[in-house]
Amino acid sequence: MIEFFGFLLSGVTVGFVYALVGIGFTVIYNSSGIINFSQGEFVMAGGMSTVFLLKAGLPLGVSFILAILITSMIGIVLYKLIAFSKNSSQISLIILTLGFAIFLRGLAEVVFDKELHTMPSFVGDGAFDMFGTVLTYQSILIMIVSIVIVVALYLFFKKTKTGQAMMAASINVDAAKLMGINIKKILMINFALSAAIASIGGVLLTPITSTNYEVGIMLGLKGFAAAIIGGLGSPFGAVAGGLVLGILESLIAGYVSSEYKDAVAFVALLAILFFMPGGIFGNTKAQRV
Amino acid sequence: MFKKIGLSVLTFLFVSSFMLLNAGTIKIGAIVSATGPASFLGDPELKTLQHYVKKINDDGGVNGQKLKLIAYDTGASPKKAVTFVKRLINQDKVVAIIGPSTTGETMAIIKFVQRAKIPLISMAGAVVIINPVKKYVFKMVATDRMACQRIMQDLKKRKLTNLALISGSGGFGKSMRKQCKDVAPSYGVKIVADETYGKKDTDMTTQLLKIKNNKKVQAVLNPGFGQGPAIVTKNYRQLKIKQPLYESHGVASKKFIEIAGKAANGVRLVAPPVVVADKLSDSNPVKKVALAYKNEYEKTFHTQVASFGGHAYDSLYAIVAAIKAQKSTDPKKIRDGIENLKNFQGIDGVVNMSPTDHLGLDTKTGMVLLDIKNGDWSIVK
Repeated sequence: MIEFFGFLLSGVTVGFVYALVGIGFTVIYNSSGIINFSQGEFVMAGGMSTVFLLKAGLPLGVSFILAILITSMIGIVLYKLIAFSKNSSQISLIILTLGFAIFLRGLAEVVFDKELHTMPSFVGDGAFDMFGTVLTYQSILIMIVSIVIVVALYLFFKKTKTGQAMMAASINVDAAKLMGINIKKILMINFALSAAIASIGGVLLTPITSTNYEVGIMLGLKGFAAAIIGGLGSPFGAVAGGLVLGILESLIAGYVSSEYKDAVAFVALLAILFFMPGGIFGNTKAQRV
Repeated sequence: MFKKIGLSVLTFLFVSSFMLLNAGTIKIGAIVSATGPASFLGDPELKTLQHYVKKINDDGGVNGQKLKLIAYDTGASPKKAVTFVKRLINQDKVVAIIGPSTTGETMAIIKFVQRAKIPLISMAGAVVIINPVKKYVFKMVATDRMACQRIMQDLKKRKLTNLALISGSGGFGKSMRKQCKDVAPSYGVKIVADETYGKKDTDMTTQLLKIKNNKKVQAVLNPGFGQGPAIVTKNYRQLKIKQPLYESHGVASKKFIEIAGKAANGVRLVAPPVVVADKLSDSNPVKKVALAYKNEYEKTFHTQVASFGGHAYDSLYAIVAAIKAQKSTDPKKIRDGIENLKNFQGIDGVVNMSPTDHLGLDTKTGMVLLDIKNGDWSIVK
């Protein structure tokens, strides 16, 4: 039994990693209906920028904030590209984000390098022992930050005027425009916000996984899966989806075989898409296609 | 009319002058994956080739003739490797080919060099390239099988015969896992656990927890490449697993120690000699050439030496040695020359080729066993 809790715990820690990336997907989807496939690359950009700013001799806190700003700027560039091709169909825009991801990867290869990098953790390398396994301080930090971000997003969307405007824009663009909402500005803030969240994720993940120019591919994929399982529109869903994915992977690896871990996780994704197309937390209304 | 004649005369002069210029050069082809997923191999290989071809030419060339390197970048695609090998053979008319960097690409081009009778020295790892022996195909890189044998020797010596494997699922980890399972019985080593992880996984605690709870395990071996082994090592220390941890030559770089941090201390690994050139004993025949290469590479390119560049160095100098020995640049003669290399001191070890052995490397000089202590390597005696 103690073994089971061990597997569960390591599943939860991995799950929050996926969740942290997944949240970013939901923010952009919520406002624009676009799935942003450069989300993983935003995570990479955040981590890599921080590593290289640290190497340049800046203190950790300053590098962290600068990295968030840099990544937000990248988010705004992506928005400008999308705004520039505003007459394209949604599917072209999604492909545009895919292309942007490849571009960012190539850019990172040139601007930074192809090596692996890591950085010290904010909270030290300590850990709590439990259930025969460990819970590292860094994992706890990731859990806390994910929850804080989700709650902050909830409050932002429900309680602030800008947040309400964003929600309005996502439900009906034309009506929102008629109400005097500046759609362009709203969308731009959203892309910047999503990139900023991704870059926070990148910084928190780097001490655990280390980072390089292509780390975003896998993180983006798993984060996307987490967001889908949770129902694309909801940050709460992304966390739940991440946890489902992480725990499933861990239990499969623990009780069946680590060989089938990834396969079974994606089978679960397909199953959820078949039987609960809206995801765990998603609305099943078919209005937003 | 006159214009036409004049033009053709000019063209003729132009072409023949080029042929004259080229008459004095020895053209050597190279197929490397300098970009793309295997760029960590191809990048140092290409740099090494370019640097040392220039150096050989500056020193007067080979038998009074200059070398000319014609290198193509495949981005690790076997399809491109095939295109480029055809171009090297038919258009560039090279006398020997170095590369490709990966096993898949090498296997794809073997039939073309065999048919054209052009010698090929591959820089890839797998045994299949030279086993069975193919007349025109050589390689001098230590195989993953040799790495496994070196580790099994050590396990046998320490009487740690119940081994757990935790392998990366990338090409490197997969191949080495297979080789290690293959050679283990002949050293009396039993594989009691066999776990894998995706090469981009962020946490391997679950797999290690299973190994930790397996009471039979006496030692753990982690074949893998990239960030995976670093995460395994960190998780291993977090879980406080007591058994000794072995790693492959895939992590024989300072980068691994940097990324795994303190967790790396106590890891035992196999490595090609060049990475620890300065620590080899003076009696080791590889030391002189490996150390010279390491110092020159680090001085020229301002990055830490990677063992892969050494493969390129060895291949190039083997071809040069063959040309010198045969006093000919005929591809068939060069092939004979490579096959007759005896006591060739390369960076990857001492090479003795023969018609039945196109690898020629022995385990003793080909792989060294290292311990990581205080963030640095020390050679296991």
